[in-house]
Amino acid sequence: MMLPSIDIYAANTVSREEFAVSGHRACQGCAEILAVRLALKAFGRNTIMVMATGCMEIISTPLPTTDWKLPWIHVAFENAAAVASGVESALKILMEKNKIPRKDINVVTIGGDGGTSDIGLQALSGALERGHKFTYICVDNEAYMNTGIQRSSSTPYGAMTTTTPPGKKSIGQSTWKKDMPKIAAAHNIPYVATACPSYPFDLLAKIKKAKMVYGPSYIHVLSVCPTGWRIPSNMAIRYGRLAVETGIFPLYEIENGEYRLTYNPEPLRQVGDYLNGQGRFRHLTPETISEIREHVNADWERLKHLCGVK
Amino acid sequence: MNAKKGIEVSIAASIAAKLARVEVVAAYPITPQTHIVEHLSELVANGELDATYINVESEHSAMSACCGSSAAGARTFTSTSSQGLELMHEILFIASGMRFPIVMATVNRALSAPLSIWGDHSDVMAARDTGWIMLFCENGQEVVDSIIMAFKIAEDRRVLLPLMVNLDGFSLSHVIEPIEFPSQEEVDKFLPPYNPLYTLHPDKPVTMGAYAMPELYTEAKYAQEMAIVHSKEVIVKVMDEFGKQFGRYYKPVETYNTENTDVVFIALGAINENIETAIDRLKEEGKEAGLINLRLFRPFPTKELLFALKGKKRVAVIERVMPGGATNGPLFNEISSLVHSNRMNISIEDYIVGLGGRDVLPEDFRDIFDEIKATPGKRTKSKKDKNFSVIGVRG
Repeated sequence: MMLPSIDIYAANTVSREEFAVSGHRACQGCAEILAVRLALKAFGRNTIMVMATGCMEIISTPLPTTDWKLPWIHVAFENAAAVASGVESALKILMEKNKIPRKDINVVTIGGDGGTSDIGLQALSGALERGHKFTYICVDNEAYMNTGIQRSSSTPYGAMTTTTPPGKKSIGQSTWKKDMPKIAAAHNIPYVATACPSYPFDLLAKIKKAKMVYGPSYIHVLSVCPTGWRIPSNMAIRYGRLAVETGIFPLYEIENGEYRLTYNPEPLRQVGDYLNGQGRFRHLTPETISEIREHVNADWERLKHLCGVK
Repeated sequence: MNAKKGIEVSIAASIAAKLARVEVVAAYPITPQTHIVEHLSELVANGELDATYINVESEHSAMSACCGSSAAGARTFTSTSSQGLELMHEILFIASGMRFPIVMATVNRALSAPLSIWGDHSDVMAARDTGWIMLFCENGQEVVDSIIMAFKIAEDRRVLLPLMVNLDGFSLSHVIEPIEFPSQEEVDKFLPPYNPLYTLHPDKPVTMGAYAMPELYTEAKYAQEMAIVHSKEVIVKVMDEFGKQFGRYYKPVETYNTENTDVVFIALGAINENIETAIDRLKEEGKEAGLINLRLFRPFPTKELLFALKGKKRVAVIERVMPGGATNGPLFNEISSLVHSNRMNISIEDYIVGLGGRDVLPEDFRDIFDEIKATPGKRTKSKKDKNFSVIGVRG
């Protein structure tokens, strides 16, 4: 029997120190800044952040102000993982040469779904393959929200974006979401996980694991975007939970190739519970919804099999 | 005085980087730069160079990783050519905008299409306004000396800008030349360890690479521009210091046989040696021509060039890039704008030579000399509807 008040207890274990401070310009109800804020708490003070161009960069660093209480660098949209490779390599050699004190410094790279699954995929693949010790966090809000809700390869099937508008000849996004965690895992890196700030302790636990492994780690965080998903700004946490409970965004981890579900929401809720109420899926017909349901169920069964869950 | 050693210039370039005690090299191979990064990786593999070598997956990532490493406080070196430089293009602006003193050996090569692996200046001229300091080398000794000087210039607190050392593909990079290497002790005396102003470190967090609203962007870019403009004083000073210590004196603008003549060639890079040969041969025929060799291209050495051009009447600009629809080639435009804004009465002609590795012979320069000497400003057959002549173009 677990502690009945585990959630209350767990909250007290989280660091009160803030590294993403107030004053940034994130939209109301943004789950992405919440995810980043939580992740940074888990990484702690000895962290260098490398960020791709995107929402988080734009909301946080209008010159001469900054939202970050950690060393932070942004170079461009598609190269965050390559910049992190340089940072990590420099720290390593400078410590070897005793030019800077020896210290465990986490190099943390944060990119959106565009900077990760589209334009930054090559730099990410290169950095994962080379085995740099760093954690890459993809904050996935499922479109290019920074430039005004255009589709990415991480936009879910059927979603409306400004470049995949539904119309007489279109259902919206016509391809299925790219499976980034599996692509990352295919590099045989020590740790890959999915997470969502609607499940904060799960997210924190995974960051702590990522921080401990020797080598690259990849965390794919579903970051609900009220603006782009066309939902009320007080519903971000709710929709994150619905994504997990419907099996659309399962929470799992891949540790040295071993899959493990970190939360089993069975019996799954109907995908309609998640899709209905989001403006970006408003145009979907019952046929498309059942198509999505079949796809989600098949993916869920495959994942359960990989995780050895009956 | 150290003994000279016969060595391929590319290998010499990597030895120069080693003598400069580079700490991180992030590079991707591309012809004709390959020998530089191959030899650097060997030096690291054999423990002769205590550095991290990052085998990146593209030049875009090479320059990106260099930014990261420079930001973290490591002395950073890379090398590229041609398409590789173009793939880095976006990050070149960011490296200079973020004031990272990265040094890059750029082995100049033509651009596709058509694909050509041979030398010309299409690559670097496409990158000429990226805010990098640009040096051009005439021979292998200059390559070695420039790489060592480059770090001292780039890392100077008054400069803090990336620096490109240009050497011509194959006609310089793959040539075996007698080169004198300074000893490690001498280089250490000349070049102190990199002492960065700000680094990425948790003990003193800084934000690098923020964005600027319209009310700040202009000021940021203006500050950057002033840094590159004023870098020339540091460049001259470092070149002088180098001369005093090593006995090889360099200047942003070098001249050859310019005293006795009012006709001069102006060029960048290894082709200057061919022009010197041509000038010597002209002399044998009783003709006098001079040469202005621009060792420094960015910042453009305005003052030195005006001084060199004083009293000259006819100038033949020699450049190795097709203008791409511009009035003239980029070097001509620079010089012409300088001459006209200073109201100098000089007739300038533009000659495009040696594209995609085409041989340029001393005779070609004699023809150019005869043409500008005899009929300055006259349109030759090859340039009926253009302001420039392309030497050797058929059909």
